[in-house]
Amino acid sequence: MVPLSWYLILSAILFSLGVVGFLIKRNIITIFMSIELMLNAVNLSFVSFANYWHQNADKLPANVAPLSGQVFVFFVMVVAAAEAAVGLAIIIAVFRTRETLNVDRVNLLKL
Amino acid sequence: MNPNLNLWVIPLLPLAGAAINGLLGRRFKNGVVSFVALLFTAVSFGWAVWAVWTAWPESGRVALPYIESHGNWIWTSAFSAPFGFYLDPLSMVMVLVVTGVGFLIHIYSVGYMAHEGGYYRFFSYLNLFMFFMLMLVLANNYLLLFVGWEGVGLASYLLIGFFFLKDSAADAGKKAFIVNRIGDFGFLIGMFLLIQHFGTLNFDSVFGQVSKLGSDGGWGWLTIAAICLMVGATGKSAQIPLYVWLPDAMEGPTPVSALIHAATMVTAGIYMIARSSAIFSRAPHALALVAVIGCLTAFFAATMGMAQTDIKRVLAYSTVSQLGYMFMACGVAAYSAAIFHLMTHAFFKALLFLAAGSVIHAIGGEQDMRRMGGLRKLIPWTFWTMTAATFAIAGAPGLAAFFSKDEILDKAYASPFDGHLLWAVGVVTAGLTSFYMFRLWFMTFFGERRPNADLGDAHAATAAHAAAPAHGHDDSHGHGVHESPWVMVVPLVILAIGSVLSGWVGVPHIFKGHDRIDGFLQPAIQTPADVAASSETQPGAAVPHAAVEEEAESAGVEWSLIGTSVAVAAVGFFFAWLLYYKQRDLPDRITARIHGVYLTVLHKYYVDEGYGALFVKPLLALSTVVFWRGVDQGMIDGMVNGAGETAKEIGGQLRRMQSGNIRSYAAWVAAGGAAVIAYMVWLGVGK
Repeated sequence: MVPLSWYLILSAILFSLGVVGFLIKRNIITIFMSIELMLNAVNLSFVSFANYWHQNADKLPANVAPLSGQVFVFFVMVVAAAEAAVGLAIIIAVFRTRETLNVDRVNLLKL
Repeated sequence: MNPNLNLWVIPLLPLAGAAINGLLGRRFKNGVVSFVALLFTAVSFGWAVWAVWTAWPESGRVALPYIESHGNWIWTSAFSAPFGFYLDPLSMVMVLVVTGVGFLIHIYSVGYMAHEGGYYRFFSYLNLFMFFMLMLVLANNYLLLFVGWEGVGLASYLLIGFFFLKDSAADAGKKAFIVNRIGDFGFLIGMFLLIQHFGTLNFDSVFGQVSKLGSDGGWGWLTIAAICLMVGATGKSAQIPLYVWLPDAMEGPTPVSALIHAATMVTAGIYMIARSSAIFSRAPHALALVAVIGCLTAFFAATMGMAQTDIKRVLAYSTVSQLGYMFMACGVAAYSAAIFHLMTHAFFKALLFLAAGSVIHAIGGEQDMRRMGGLRKLIPWTFWTMTAATFAIAGAPGLAAFFSKDEILDKAYASPFDGHLLWAVGVVTAGLTSFYMFRLWFMTFFGERRPNADLGDAHAATAAHAAAPAHGHDDSHGHGVHESPWVMVVPLVILAIGSVLSGWVGVPHIFKGHDRIDGFLQPAIQTPADVAASSETQPGAAVPHAAVEEEAESAGVEWSLIGTSVAVAAVGFFFAWLLYYKQRDLPDRITARIHGVYLTVLHKYYVDEGYGALFVKPLLALSTVVFWRGVDQGMIDGMVNGAGETAKEIGGQLRRMQSGNIRSYAAWVAAGGAAVIAYMVWLGVGK
């Protein structure tokens, strides 16, 4: 049986990798992937907790719904999918006008 | 039951006049301006006469001192100062002198100022002065007295600098004000000491409380308080070391010199000391200091007066010298003699100034006596009134100063501390007084006319401070010498009568007189003898008046004292006659002989220069280097500018956060999140 803390540590590592990638990478596609990584790190902790409460239902506090972790993961996936659609569209539009994916060159709102 | 004297009317009327003329006078014709000013002053004088008559001590109609209160002015739990008036024999004398002489000088000014610009301004200031002076003499507490005290200083400043376009006049005004402030500082400290120990500044309660104290033989707080009050008096009454402003104050129009700088304001210090006689009489050291200062001032001012050639400056030094006499009288606890001399001096010195003004007016603004001469026949009214005043101040038997000055010298002689020395200096000063006054008299009225006299080298030496013609007359007077109009002559005549007769209110016992002024003022003052008597005898027991015993034993001494001063005055007259009438070349030969001494005296002992080097320059340097460059520019500006610079620096650093770089914002967000997590972990660990 894998303890909860392992999942959470993995989740924190993935999230940190996402943050670091977001901060240091210049390529906008990589940044986008880093954001996805952070979202999925959070998803991992959601499902970990959901699983934990499923196995320890006797300790479940009265105000917590047992499957809320899984439900939230679906929400996050929906948001991530929408974000990917909109984000990739923006990236393509930027690339068409600027011919670059380097964010440091895309720091002006005007053309 | 006391009738209501409504004393508040007396000072308030001139204030109303000042307000009307000051606010609306610009549109008035000159006639309206002088009518308003004269009317209010005259009614004030009339009211004062009525009040004094009603409250006359011998009539018993009013219980003296009469105190009139118009509510509280300052009111705190620990201290209160009422807005009230106080009438006793001392303030009776003062209020009559101020309103009476003031009214005459107002009349005179109508003629004298007729051709000057700023006519309404002049009368507004003059009325304002009357208001403050009357507040000063009628106040029933030291604080209200101080209001008048500062107010007359203000009016004096405004009137000295009346011809404000002239630098010397503006400077003289500032000098008078600043030098007076030094004295006022002492006065304030004295008042604070009184508040600290008595908790009040009301005359009746201060004197009531001080009467319970014994004489302060040492240097206790009472002596310190008295000395502080005296410092205030030296400023206002132009005594050493603060006399320097008065000669310069002659830059003002001549009626101002007569009213403020001869008859009334400068006597405020004497009045204050006489008013505080209960305090001073319990502080022998302070009294001795007053006597010494007065004596020295009288002597040195008289010597300085001998060498001056500006007619008004001679009179200015004479005023300083006469004030020195009054100071000396206060110092030997002869307060009534001081007030007596104050009153006679108000008559003859006001007259001297007004007559000098009439002379200046007559010859078109010239003030240098070396350019006068031979005016006796041309301006007879001025000549005869001036003669009366000159003889009066010189102490000719029967005239005003004969009685008042002799009273002072007599009391000085009889005083316990080195009285003979004080007397000797006083007598020498009397001789000098006689000399410089007759010098003025001969130079102005006798000999030949010399309107264009070459003033020669000596003039160049004095040009810097003496020869500037202060009177701003235009050339319309240049056409010839003329007697002044009647509005100027009438006050002269009235004052001349006063100069001749005013001494008779104080004829001493030795002339079979009753020394009425002494007895009149008796209730208002306390001499050391009274202090000693009240502390030694039982209350209610008969208090032997020390002076009575003294006089009985010393009639012979007194006769010889009187003889001496008359003789000395005659000697002064003789030398003036010899040097400035009979042998006119003699003065030059003498001054050539004692050139160094002469120059020293001519330059007034270099006191102004000494003060300049000793106080003004170091103060200026200190202010420039330390206070201006150091404190003001360095610290204050440094702090203000530093605050701005610091904010700018911090802003400049913080500005870098707003880089426009998304990833740096994200880094801040991440750092913030990390900080929050770290904080929560720390909280969790704490549990």
